[in-house]
Formats: sequence, C-alpha cells, structure tokens
Amino acid sequence: MSNSTSQQLRQHEPAPTDLERLFSDSLTAARLPRFTSLGLLVLSFAVAALFDVITGHNGLARLAVIGVLLYLIVHFIVARAVEGGRPATDGLARDLVTLAFIVALIPLISLIFETLKQGLVRFDADYFTKSMWGVINTGGGAAHAIQGTLIVTALSTIISVPIGLFTAIYLVEYGHGRLSRAITLLVDVMTGIPSIVAGLFAYSLFVLIVGVAQARMGFTGAVSLCVLMIPYVVRSAEEMLSLVPNSLREASYALGVTKWLTIVRIVIPTALSGIVSGVVIAIARVIGETAPLLITAGFVNWKNPNPFSGEMTTLPVFVYNQVMVPGVPQQPFYDRAWTGALVLILIVMVLNLLGRFISARFSPKTKK
Amino acid sequence: MAKRIELKKLNIHYGDFLAVKDVDMMIEPRSVTAFIGPSGCGKSTVLRSLNRMLEVTPGARVDGEVLLDNVNLYDKAVDPVRVRRQVGMVFQQPNPFPTMSIRENVLAGIQLNNKRMAHSEKEEVLERSLRSANLWNEVKDRLDRPGSSLSGGQQQRLCIARATAVQPEVLLMDEPCSALDPISTLAIEDLIQELKEDYTVVIVTHNMQQAARVSEKTGFFTINGTGMPGHLVEFDNTETIFSNPKEKQTEDYITGRFG
Amino acid sequence: MSSQTAQPAMTDESLSPSSKSHGDSVFKGLSTGSGVLIVVILAAVAIFLIVQAAPALTHQDFPLGDGSNGGILSYVGPYLFGTLYSAVLALVLAVPIGVGIALFIALYAPRRFASGLGYVIDLLAAVPSVVYGLWGLQTLSLILQPVHRWLGDYLGFIPLFGGRVSGTGRSMLTAVVVLAVMVLPIITSMCREVFLQVPDRQIEASYALGATRWEMIRQVVFPYSQSGIISASMLALGRALGETMAVAMVLSAARVVNFSIITSTSSGTIASNIALSFPEATGLTRNLLIATGLVLFVITFVVNFISRWVVARRADFSGAN
Repeated sequence: MSNSTSQQLRQHEPAPTDLERLFSDSLTAARLPRFTSLGLLVLSFAVAALFDVITGHNGLARLAVIGVLLYLIVHFIVARAVEGGRPATDGLARDLVTLAFIVALIPLISLIFETLKQGLVRFDADYFTKSMWGVINTGGGAAHAIQGTLIVTALSTIISVPIGLFTAIYLVEYGHGRLSRAITLLVDVMTGIPSIVAGLFAYSLFVLIVGVAQARMGFTGAVSLCVLMIPYVVRSAEEMLSLVPNSLREASYALGVTKWLTIVRIVIPTALSGIVSGVVIAIARVIGETAPLLITAGFVNWKNPNPFSGEMTTLPVFVYNQVMVPGVPQQPFYDRAWTGALVLILIVMVLNLLGRFISARFSPKTKK
Repeated sequence: MAKRIELKKLNIHYGDFLAVKDVDMMIEPRSVTAFIGPSGCGKSTVLRSLNRMLEVTPGARVDGEVLLDNVNLYDKAVDPVRVRRQVGMVFQQPNPFPTMSIRENVLAGIQLNNKRMAHSEKEEVLERSLRSANLWNEVKDRLDRPGSSLSGGQQQRLCIARATAVQPEVLLMDEPCSALDPISTLAIEDLIQELKEDYTVVIVTHNMQQAARVSEKTGFFTINGTGMPGHLVEFDNTETIFSNPKEKQTEDYITGRFG
Repeated sequence: MSSQTAQPAMTDESLSPSSKSHGDSVFKGLSTGSGVLIVVILAAVAIFLIVQAAPALTHQDFPLGDGSNGGILSYVGPYLFGTLYSAVLALVLAVPIGVGIALFIALYAPRRFASGLGYVIDLLAAVPSVVYGLWGLQTLSLILQPVHRWLGDYLGFIPLFGGRVSGTGRSMLTAVVVLAVMVLPIITSMCREVFLQVPDRQIEASYALGATRWEMIRQVVFPYSQSGIISASMLALGRALGETMAVAMVLSAARVVNFSIITSTSSGTIASNIALSFPEATGLTRNLLIATGLVLFVITFVVNFISRWVVARRADFSGAN
C-alpha cells in the first residue's frame, strides 16, 4: 500500500448527510431470512396434513399436491410483501424450476421401485433356463425369449455396424458433395422413423421375398432393427471420426501411406473406443424395441434357434404377451412380465454403463 | 448522480485461491479512474467486484468492504440486483442483445426496472442515451434494426447507451476498446471525457497511453509471480504515475522494463 | 489418386500405381456403397410400404365397426385423431416441465452437479417402451384413477374432462402422462445443450443492467434458445406420434373420436392399432394396416423435417457474431 492512497483515505471521512440520500435510492432491500423457504414448506405440509385429517381424506399424492401448491402460493405472497414484485417472481421461477426436476424424478423412482418389487418375485434360475413350452400358469421362464433377443440383436448388430461404419467413413473421409449432404439428411430422417414403421417395412420386404407364410421370422426382426440401429451407428461413428485430428492423417500421408491404409491403421484405431462405445449404446437402444418385433419376429412358447425359419420370441414381446394375454390365474403371467421388464432394464443399464466405461477408459489422449 | 467508491482491505478469492490481496482505494465522483497492470494482475477482478458481477462466476468470494457513498456493497442487507442497477458496466467485447433492435437494446434496463414508463418518456430516454453515447445521428433512422447490424465501435457505444439509459451512479468499463479499431477507440475515449461530467467512471485498460489520455487517477496493479495474489502497487494522479511514480515496480512497468 | 502416381516412388514394386489405387478404390467403393445403401434403404422403406399399402388405398369397402363401410380415409380418420391428440397433449405436459428441468440443470443447480443431474434424467430415455407400457398399465393407471374421479367431479364441465369416468384408469390421460415421461429426456437434453450455449457475455450484459436471474432468462436465454426449444419440441412430437407400445398397453382403445381424456373409451392411435391388430390380420386388412403405417410415416417425416428446418434456419437470426 502506497502512502498517497492512505492519505486520501484519511481526507475523505464519511459525511453523515449522505446516509439519508442513500436510503432513498437504497441498495439495500428487505430480504426474507435464510430459512424462510424451508419453514414455509414444512408449514404448508403441516396445514395440508391438518386439512386432510379434518376432511377425513388421506393419501400421499393428495398431501404432496396440496402441500406444494400451498407452499408456492404462500412463498410468493410473503416474498411479494417483504421483498417486492421482482424478487418474488424470481423466487417463484426458482421454485417452479426446482419442482419440475423433482416431478420428473417421481416416475423414474416409481418405475424402478415397482420393477424391482414385482420383478424380483420370479428372478430365479428357472426364469433363465426354462421356456414356456407346456406351461399353463405358474413356473416356466423366458429362456427362449432371452435367446431370441440375443440372436436378433446380434444379427442386426452384425449387419448394421459395417454399413454404419463405412457410411460414417464415407461422410468424414470421402464425401463432400451432394451425395454426402443427401446421406446426412436421410440419416436424420431415419432417426425419426417410428419403430413400428420399420417393422412394417421389414415385413413387407420379406413378404415379397419369401411369401406371407414364411415372412415372420427372427431375421425379419433383425432387419427391422437395422433400420433403427444404422442411423445411431452412423451418427456416433461420424462424430468420433471427425474428432481425429487432421495432423495425424497428414503425418501418415507424408510417410507415403495410402489413404485407405491411413484410415484403417491410423484413423479408426484412434477413434476405436468412441466407435465401440457408440455401437454398445446403439445396441442398448434397440434391444428393448418391442413394436417392430411384435409384427416381424412373432411369438411362440418354445425355443427356436433358427432365425431364418419360424417365429422367434424376443424378451420385449414376451413381456408384452404375458401382460396383454394372460391366462388364469393372471398373477404368474404378470410376475413373469415384471421379471422380464427387470431383466430388460438391467441389460440396458449394463450396456449403457459399458459404453460409457469404454469411452472413458480407452479414449486416446488426442481427443479433446 | 455520481457516487464515491471506497475500497477497504479488499481480498478476493476464487475457491481457495487468493486472486487479489488487500486493496485500499478511494475513487472520486465525476472523475475517470484507470486501472492498469499486466495480465492476470486482478484489475478486472477488482472492477467486477464493484458491481457484484463477481458472484456470477461460481466460487468467487469477496472479503473486505466496497463502500458506495458509505454503504458497504457486501453488507448482508444489500441486494446485488439493486447494486448493478446503480453501477453500470461496459464489457470488453461489445455485447448488444442479438435478438433485440437498437431501440430495445437501449431500453432493456428500463424494461426491467420501470415497465410502466410512458411511451413519450421512453423515446426521450432513448434519444438522450443515444445522444450521450454519440450514436444518435448514426442510428436515428434505423432504430428498429438489430443491434448486431452495427459496426463494432457502434455496438460498443450502443452498449454504453444501454448502460447509461438507467442513469447509474457509476460506470465501469472493462477494457472497452480492446476489440475496436483505432478510430472507434478514439470515439469511445472522447465519449469517456463527456461521461465523467455525470458519472463516476472506472476503466480497466491494457493500453497505457489510453490511461494517460482519459483518466485523472490511475491505479497500478501487479502480481509478483504465478500463483501469487494480485495487489495494488500505487494509486495516484495519472500525471504523477506516468511522470514521477513513487514505486520502482510502477516505473519499470511504465517505461516498459517490466518482466 | 492419379496425381500421386506422378510422385517418385521409393520402392517400385510395392508402390506401383496399380496396387495402390486398387486398395484405395475398393475401400472407397465400400464406403460410398454403404452411403448409397442408406439412400436405398430409405427409398425401399417408402416403396415397399407403398407397394404393400396399394391394394388398400383404392378399396372402398372396409367395415368401420358401426355397420357402415368406407375407404382408407374413413378408416384411419379416428386413429389419426387419436395419434395427434395424444401426442399434442403429451407435449403440452412435457414441454414446460422439460424446459424447466433443463433450466434447473443448466442455470440453477451448481455446475459440478449438472452432468450428474442430466444423467439421472437421461435414465428415463434408457427404459424400454414395453416397460413403460407395463408400468403405465399396472402402476400409473391405479395411481391416477382417483385423479380421473376428481377431474370428472370438479372439472367435468370442460369437454376435456367430460363423460363417464374410467374405473380402471386405463384412459387417454394415463397414456398421455406415460408419453410425456417418455419424451421428457429428449426435450431436456436438447434444451440443456442450447441453454449452455448462450454466450456468457450476453448473460453478463443482462445481469449488469440489474436483472434478476429470471429476468436474465427471459431477456437473454429464451430469445436466444427459442428455435432450439421449438426444434426439441418437434423432435419430441415426432417420437410421441410414433410411440407404439405404451399407448397400446395402457389404452383400452376404440376407433372413435373422443375429446374427453378420462373416459374408458379412448381414441386409439395409428401405431398402437397396428401393434394390436397386425399379428392377427390377414389379406386386405393387413394391407390396410400397412397403409395406415404409411400415413404415420409421412406425418413423422414432415414433423422431423420441420424440426431440422427450424434448426437450420436458426443460424440466420441468432445473431451470434
């Protein structure tokens, strides 16, 4: 601190007359004490509970709705009275935005809770080893459906990945003209195709090729999933390939390596973890598809390992069937459906986590 | 209008990192005060503490006092929104709202604070602010064009008009000319000379000639090494700083022997 | 490639022009072929649907359920209504909540939690639609049944809540809530991206004028992200229009036009009708269902196209310089 500054500080003692002027266009504003929100929230719920007791109603949902509404209104009114209109509106916006987030958590929690509660009933060895062959009500399992899902998904992955990857390579490495713009647009359009339309397409295709009687089979289902899976693969692979720095390509060309060897030896290995992770996440997205498989792969009660002949049950379709066409008594069918739902969620979660793990763990350092 | 600003033992942290240490200073009303110093010395940080813009950055914390006519801006009862209403700011990059017309840009602050203002009154504010920013003659025929249609220098003057439309007490300028060409810079410097008739102006600049041209007082900030806090080395009349500084560090910086 | 052959080669036999261009052209052919295949697949989707739908397009004699007969347009009409109605209502519910969540994550919650909170919402997108259907049918409908009764008792004078209240909760209301939950992550993740792109200097400019956070959002964030929000909503609309299982499982659908969302007779949707009827359908009925699929394809195509167009147009008026 220099001397001149401290001298100046001493020269300007605060003038008392200033204080009055300051209050007129005051910087200070009355503000609600820190824990007002929390207090009002507790109070609102207490009043809502009291109201319920008096009117003789009960139920958690009702209590929550009344409590929250009461809180929003009271908080806004109190803030308006104490802090003024603008801060009160600001506070209301904050309350509503927070509420939106909490509201979205409710279905998520409810869904996970119900799936766990009802799905664990039949989460046993039989479920994963037995089919529904000869099962009238209790017992049985989804082994045939799980097998079907694995076969159909594997087939569609085998078809989609090369097409998707090569298309991405075309878009990033070769395409610059009209064709590449058209492809980009059509990939976007494909992303928006309703899954049931993809099913209708595959079905129509195979009706023309093998006839109505044979059209419903595992392979038809795989083709319908390809329509849904290819755009995901193209998108993620395209993004990953374009992240590979141009300097790497140029370095390779400078060594006299041809373009395709540069792509195979340099570009793809650099982007590999991202591409694999994209494929895994694409699998996670189509493995739970129901609608297209319902009309293309069909539904049977026994194991059918041949995707090119006969209908083949997949796990989502199995869940749908158990719950929509239950026998009597219904409960064993519902139990099997919920366990199927639990297995599906687990598969999707594991695939998603795996995808994230691969991209986080194996991503090359050149990536930003 | 125009208030005095006093900094007392100002310390600014970003998380655990002490960015600015022990700044004391007195900024007079209706004057231009310049902050100079090398990059990273905390001069912009100090400027942004004067209208509580710092807390827009997560993790920033201020200790000590900033007194605006004897009211501590960091007092618990002070509302940062009201502070910014009285302490206007102009930024390094001209930042007119891209979705608004020139008129809407100037009136943006009025729109927040006083929605019920009569139309004629609004037009008055519009003309007054644009005139005081020396922009009226250039834009009066195209007030409904987007603010982003103007040149860089015009955009910056539009931002100054936007800041002065709400008649603040203080105007903070954070390197307002660093993104502008020399002619626009000159126009802004002329404007600063006029603005000090009504406002307390504080300007951060990289350009020492600019500080010498526009300001009455100059504060020199520096930093003794990476990871060290920025601090105020010397604060005095601009003439003294540039001709006869008391501190050796200041002299080295002024004469270009710094670093 | 031909220009490279002019360069001096170090080892003549391995870098001879023929071997080099051979590998390259095969690889380039494969890549281009895959790209073209995508074009072919999409064209095939359209062509095969049209071919299979064709017999139904001219037929004028489908039983409509009420004793009369009619062509494809009379048949698909009520399902088209159900499709648009359920999707639009789902959006009315999901857009404000989705935008609110995106605001919360991008601008209210502390930055270090932002990606974690985003992941929680993304979990909703990972749940297969058949699981949503199951949950909607066996859990949500029971939870919402009292809500149906309440709406019917107190707001029954509004056509939306008129008619005989569903005793099971398997109604349009429940289906709409399920659809809204399903499209929520689409809206949230896209809006969140857009909100995070709002330039800091615009945000600072607004704060410096003395705006509260909400005023800053209205002054800067919303105008800047307008087209992003519209586009996200259109994408979500496309998804809701095509969603099949949740609606098929939750609704006890009929081929009717019914504006009330709390009765047990609801308008089915095109997609759910296909899912429910197709496995049993034969002959001309099957062609008819494929024709309705074609209608759905065209609608979602248009909606998605508008969404892309809004995004593309955005560059023109965002003013980002």
